[in-house]
Amino acid sequence: MKHIRQLALGTAVAVGIGLTGAMAPAAQAQDSNYVPLLTYRTGPYAGSGIHIANGMHDYLKMLNERDGGIGGVKLALEECETGYDAQKGVECYEATKGKGALVYNPYSTGITLQLIPKAGVDKIPVLSMGYGLSAAADGTTFPWIFNVPDTYWDGASVVIKYIGEQEGGLENLKGKKIGYIFLDAGYGREPIPLLEQLAEKYGFELLQYPVPGAEMQNQSSQWLNVRRDRPDYMVMWGWGAMNPTAIKEAVKIRYPMDKFIGVWWSAGDDDAAAGGQDAKGYKALNFSGVGREFGALDDIQKHVIDAGLSTTDPETIGGTLYNRGVLNSVIIAEGIRTAQELTGKKAITGEDMRLGLEALNLDEARLKELGLEGFAHPMKVTCEDHAGGHPVFIQEWDGQEWQQASGWIEPMTDVVRPLLEAAAKEYAEKNAPWPERTEPCPN
Amino acid sequence: MFYREAGQFKTSYKSDQALFPILQDRIGMIAILLIAFVLVPAFANDFFLTSIMIPFLVFSLAAIGLNVLTGYCGQLSLGTGAFMGVGAYAAYKLTSIFPDANVIVMVLVSGVFSAAIGAVFGLPSLRIKGLYLAVTTLAAQFFLEWCFIRIPWLYNYNASGAIEVPHREMLGVVITGAEATPIARYFAVLSITALIAYLMANVLRGRFGRSWMMIRDMDIAAELMGIRPLRTKLMAFAVSSYICGVAGAMMVFFWLSAAEPSSFNIRLSFQILFMVILGGLGSLGGAFMGAAFIWILPVFLKFIPGIMGFNVAAETVQHATFMIVGALIIFFLIAEPHGFARLWQIAKQKLRVWPFPY
Repeated sequence: MKHIRQLALGTAVAVGIGLTGAMAPAAQAQDSNYVPLLTYRTGPYAGSGIHIANGMHDYLKMLNERDGGIGGVKLALEECETGYDAQKGVECYEATKGKGALVYNPYSTGITLQLIPKAGVDKIPVLSMGYGLSAAADGTTFPWIFNVPDTYWDGASVVIKYIGEQEGGLENLKGKKIGYIFLDAGYGREPIPLLEQLAEKYGFELLQYPVPGAEMQNQSSQWLNVRRDRPDYMVMWGWGAMNPTAIKEAVKIRYPMDKFIGVWWSAGDDDAAAGGQDAKGYKALNFSGVGREFGALDDIQKHVIDAGLSTTDPETIGGTLYNRGVLNSVIIAEGIRTAQELTGKKAITGEDMRLGLEALNLDEARLKELGLEGFAHPMKVTCEDHAGGHPVFIQEWDGQEWQQASGWIEPMTDVVRPLLEAAAKEYAEKNAPWPERTEPCPN
Repeated sequence: MFYREAGQFKTSYKSDQALFPILQDRIGMIAILLIAFVLVPAFANDFFLTSIMIPFLVFSLAAIGLNVLTGYCGQLSLGTGAFMGVGAYAAYKLTSIFPDANVIVMVLVSGVFSAAIGAVFGLPSLRIKGLYLAVTTLAAQFFLEWCFIRIPWLYNYNASGAIEVPHREMLGVVITGAEATPIARYFAVLSITALIAYLMANVLRGRFGRSWMMIRDMDIAAELMGIRPLRTKLMAFAVSSYICGVAGAMMVFFWLSAAEPSSFNIRLSFQILFMVILGGLGSLGGAFMGAAFIWILPVFLKFIPGIMGFNVAAETVQHATFMIVGALIIFFLIAEPHGFARLWQIAKQKLRVWPFPY
């Protein structure tokens, strides 16, 4: 009993010390730009999360090592582990926002949904690159949320457009069956309104196969249904361990792999590799470069990996998700650079960062300068359009690695944009009183 | 010596039946309330309020709810997370149907829906007990979670399937939504938790509490003495679910501001159950201690390497935290299977005779 009492006392003292530490006001460094990275290297989604986290971290670290940061100011990087869990994500947000955070990249639709109402109040932009709330692309309603280069609805419209091309025209989709297998969470449900609208417009039948998060490694029943329904095409909105499982199951039921198309988050190397040679022909959308033949990646290898400043397995550099992480950091870095140019300040704030992101213009010349020619489609953000509906391409798994299988395909902006605006309006009404945009558009 | 009761005479029934008959307890309780209502809001920063105190109070309340059922009435339940979800969705629907009503009232009313559903799922408790009952409450967990996903009316046909808390004011102060200050939300949570804890402390030592404990200790004997098992058990289910429902509504309205169905999954049920077991079955103070251990300790462990000046990767800290908390849980349950509440009782006993132990 005596030991227990001592131990209890010790615990109490330790907790007490922790209390005072956490309550002390966070010191704000003025000579650096603080970028918190909400990452997840643990939990059920770590399989995808680790590569993203590595890519994000390594590119920014490389800028620190090679150029001494951005505009002569170093980046202060801090990772906070969310485990893809919305509660922990909010905890990370609260823990880091006081330190002068410039931008948040939650890498989870669930966390993004939680941060959307907070962003405008705390004046810190949220960069949800190709995920999150599609309606947030409407910059007039959501001045603080960015989903450049594309929303899910852009992606879903590209998938349908591509399937239409395979069938020799969108009008030939009539009577076809398109299966949609998705992670049954905010993330997987996001594209459904658009897919339903397109189904009505082009006369195809949309079959839905939800996969609950807890059951994502046990999809046999969904694939039994797929085998029974025999859809002409399968579209997948999966993440983490759901992707390799789905591909394995598809191989098992001998679903024709060339008719199976994943979103850009189902495009990881580990995802397709799970099916091995049998997964040959599996396709996925992508908007970040394939392979590692880029100058910036060489610099990462030289300044970060070889210098032992990262935990990245060198083999994984150039993988789809790693490159996606790099592209995310490129947008952060260019946002900071643009903000510095606009405001003339070296160390910027979250408000400056919003200006920078809204004026982001990553054109071909700039991509070349960064050593990333052909890595991504040139992208531009405007005050009204925070996604831009940029073209994406289709990549194909050849049994060993991903190959680009199509040119850049434009999303159906004419269908997506009105839907986005209607959804943004509806969101603002449901969350009334939703704050009006107070920051005037520059142009 | 510190806890000496000598000289404290009870000269009336009133003083004998007081909630805290001993002077030291009264002083301690006043000190805790002073810290909670004055010191913490005065000195704590936003992170401490939003990520530590608010969730801690929400979980404490949920643990009290489960404690009523499992600790006092002896009915093992694994459906706590789902009952919290019922409260959250009910409060969400209520505020969207009655946008002008006071949100605190809506949160308190939402528990009624949770109580009704809890009572329905408590019906099998008359026939089955123990682990078997746990399995039927597990069914409640899965069924209700399924409802949260599959009934779009519950989340107002929101495309993402999540519920988002609207902006609401009370007496001119914003208390929910993103503009609500942590202090305002903290006071809302603290007041509700303190109120319900106070009410429960009285209910538990009254007629209902005693009949629950009789059922827990020996249901057949209780029945022979005139306790009606079905009514008593259903009452325990209803009261427990009411408290859990209010906790769930507070979780969404004052802490997270938005929630997906997966926020109320089986993990939450287990989390609350661990809090109750670790804190001590059948103890209100234990519910608070268990919640502090399960929620606050991991948050602090994350900061310890930083405070001590080590540079450790975020995921390593996470893994280490899992291991340390897991090991501590095992250690405490081996050292004291009756939880922190029992440890505190032993400490009180030692203080009573200090410095002359026997």
